[in-house]
Amino acid sequence: MKKRFFLLTLLCLLLTACHGSREQTVFTPPETFDTGRTYEITFWAKNDTNLTQVNIYKQAIADFQALYPNITVNLRLYTDYGKIYNDVITNISTDTTPNVCITYPDHIATYLTGGDTVVPLDELFTHPGYGLGGTEVALDGVEPSQIIPKFLEECRIGGQIYAVPFMRSTEACYVNKTYVEALGYTLPEQLTWDFIWEVSEAAMAQDSQGNFLLNGQKVLIPFIYKTTDNMMIQMLQQQDAGYSTQQGEILLFNDTTREILLTVADQVEKRTFNTFKLAGYPANFLNAGQCIFAIDSTAGATWMGSGAPLIDIAPEKLVPFETVVMAIPQYNPQEPQMISQGPSVCIFNKEDPQEVVASWLFVQYLLTNQVQIAYSQTEGYLPVTSKAQESAEYRDYLSRRGEDNDLYYAVKIDAARLLMDNTENTFVTPVFNGSASLRNAAGQLIENVNKSVRRGGEVNGDTLDSLFQEVSDLYRLDQISASRGKVNLGALPAASKILLTVLALCWLVMGGSFLIGKFKMEKR
Amino acid sequence: MKKLIATVLALSMVLAFAGCGETEAPETTAAPETTAAPETTEAPETTAPVETTEAAAVMTHEEYMAAELDSAVCVETYVQAHQSWWDGKITVYCQSPDGAYFLYEMACSEEDAEKLVPGTKIRVNGYKAEWSGEIEIIDATFEFVEDGDTYIAEALDATALLGTDTLIDHQNEFVSFSGLTVEKIAYKNDEPGDDIYLTLGLDGSSYEFCVEVYLTGTDSEVYTTVGELSEGDVVNVEGFLYWYEGPNPHITAISLAEAQ
Repeated sequence: MKKRFFLLTLLCLLLTACHGSREQTVFTPPETFDTGRTYEITFWAKNDTNLTQVNIYKQAIADFQALYPNITVNLRLYTDYGKIYNDVITNISTDTTPNVCITYPDHIATYLTGGDTVVPLDELFTHPGYGLGGTEVALDGVEPSQIIPKFLEECRIGGQIYAVPFMRSTEACYVNKTYVEALGYTLPEQLTWDFIWEVSEAAMAQDSQGNFLLNGQKVLIPFIYKTTDNMMIQMLQQQDAGYSTQQGEILLFNDTTREILLTVADQVEKRTFNTFKLAGYPANFLNAGQCIFAIDSTAGATWMGSGAPLIDIAPEKLVPFETVVMAIPQYNPQEPQMISQGPSVCIFNKEDPQEVVASWLFVQYLLTNQVQIAYSQTEGYLPVTSKAQESAEYRDYLSRRGEDNDLYYAVKIDAARLLMDNTENTFVTPVFNGSASLRNAAGQLIENVNKSVRRGGEVNGDTLDSLFQEVSDLYRLDQISASRGKVNLGALPAASKILLTVLALCWLVMGGSFLIGKFKMEKR
Repeated sequence: MKKLIATVLALSMVLAFAGCGETEAPETTAAPETTAAPETTEAPETTAPVETTEAAAVMTHEEYMAAELDSAVCVETYVQAHQSWWDGKITVYCQSPDGAYFLYEMACSEEDAEKLVPGTKIRVNGYKAEWSGEIEIIDATFEFVEDGDTYIAEALDATALLGTDTLIDHQNEFVSFSGLTVEKIAYKNDEPGDDIYLTLGLDGSSYEFCVEVYLTGTDSEVYTTVGELSEGDVVNVEGFLYWYEGPNPHITAISLAEAQ
């Protein structure tokens, strides 16, 4: 009877423990990597519609497979982070995620709501055999300390490392210096928002035919921003205003955001400002002499400037000018702040831990100098390892700035240098389940104000209240708060009430039984 | 007493089962996100109209073209083709006898998307916009015109208009070009699966065309045929006269000129 009672109790405890648990197996690193087996892994990669990047991925796979002939890597290419994200979400439900995937920490936070879908890398990093710098690793990898700490920290979610940085970029302001000087201004060492607005307004003078005096054309958008979520995030950060807490509390809808939006509205009214979503690629306007300040990623540098290696407009539309790469405008130029972005790589969990290790070895290969330097040279990317950044090969590359308009394209190398010189001035936003939605909402505020003003709408305190609510609803930001336990979940269901009551009674009966027994023992 | 405890625990086990029965839900209640590319990519995003589109008088194509950018527009037109539906939005190629329209990411339910078959008449409310030279209607909503007639445009032979200033007058229309020479074929990702960029030449000038994968899919005849072409082949093409920094037709059919 006692045995049966114990088993029954144990069963109950187990069932209680199972409540809300998942069936996904937690990854446990095996002691050694079994090189006697063959593995086939998939790698979902993203390129910037840049075939050189595609070829670097393919070369990396070939070189890796030469080192590990027992591991086959199948490449699937994307040109859009959003598509990768959507496909991963779809494949989590069918347990057909890739092994290795280019990603953003924001996305990983959502993937992790599916259980142990993404492998925490801390133990893999330090494994003596196949860890970073491990004794059994067959490639010329990096030591943990050789990953730029600032970039690695961006991959830490909830205290654990869930990705390794692959490339890093920031945003840059690509400036038509020729036009700035033609307007009688001198570029300061550090751009400020006030300077950009002032120069932009000064550029709007037109002749009687409607041609802008600055460029002699009918089109001029002095200031174009590619990614407005970054714009809002950086403007808030620079003013030490709220965006979100680390825990996922939404702080976006605040007074500083209002001021920013009112400024945007004012500049849109003056037609000095527009965005990629409503106008087109900043590079196309810049290269056609129709823009003075174009803000885009440093990973888009090969498109910037009338001598750029990649051009999307007809040659007859190109206007020659001097391009200068500068940090994004600041509120406080003494303490510049800019966003850190760029692809990271995560590993998806699999039933077979050996397969995970095979994936991990491939991820290590992506951090080798061969891949890091080659890939960074395709755009204004910065390698994420000090080993690559300090290598003679990379130093030589930087020193040859401007030798041609291809590999050594000056704007591209300047863009990489911008991040190299400002790594300590970069920041990232908190990562939590829903942070990607919040990011979208931040950009949507600017986009909606832009559209509203152009459509004759009014932007004031009242309309901003409505806009905040509209955007919050659109991205279901109230549900992000709910996930943080801030919402009243309502009364307990009847079954739960009965269960809790029964459990309480059970404990009372057991306690009473124990006391009665003890009392009887003492009496004897 | 022990029997009683066992009974009570057994009861609690049954209730625990009931409690466990609903544990399939995600651990957090945050909604699946529509995502934006955080960096350099075009963001597939749910766009909230800034304000409700006011009912406007139905415009002719001429009135539509004369309307200011960013103004509210209303047109009645006929579906010719559409890109794949996604996340409550659909991009539609429309044409009326007097001109064509490109409806970018129009709000649409998946159920209605299935009804947007070629020829269907719809009334569209939205805003006129220009993106890299493409005149389009954005932030649009639509309704089916009940008892509306149907219209499917014949392809306009625009070969003679290539390289002229008048080609843009036919922007978004269903057009054809004949006798063009294949100069270059490039997959967006260097391999099948995404858009194909096709450079075709005529009389010493080169023109850019695109097989838009969201329009044709990868299993379509046009997608397969383009993939099998070689430099120097002479082809006839049909498609919608999309614009991106110049003419950039989204082609829907292609054939070797000699085969006809």
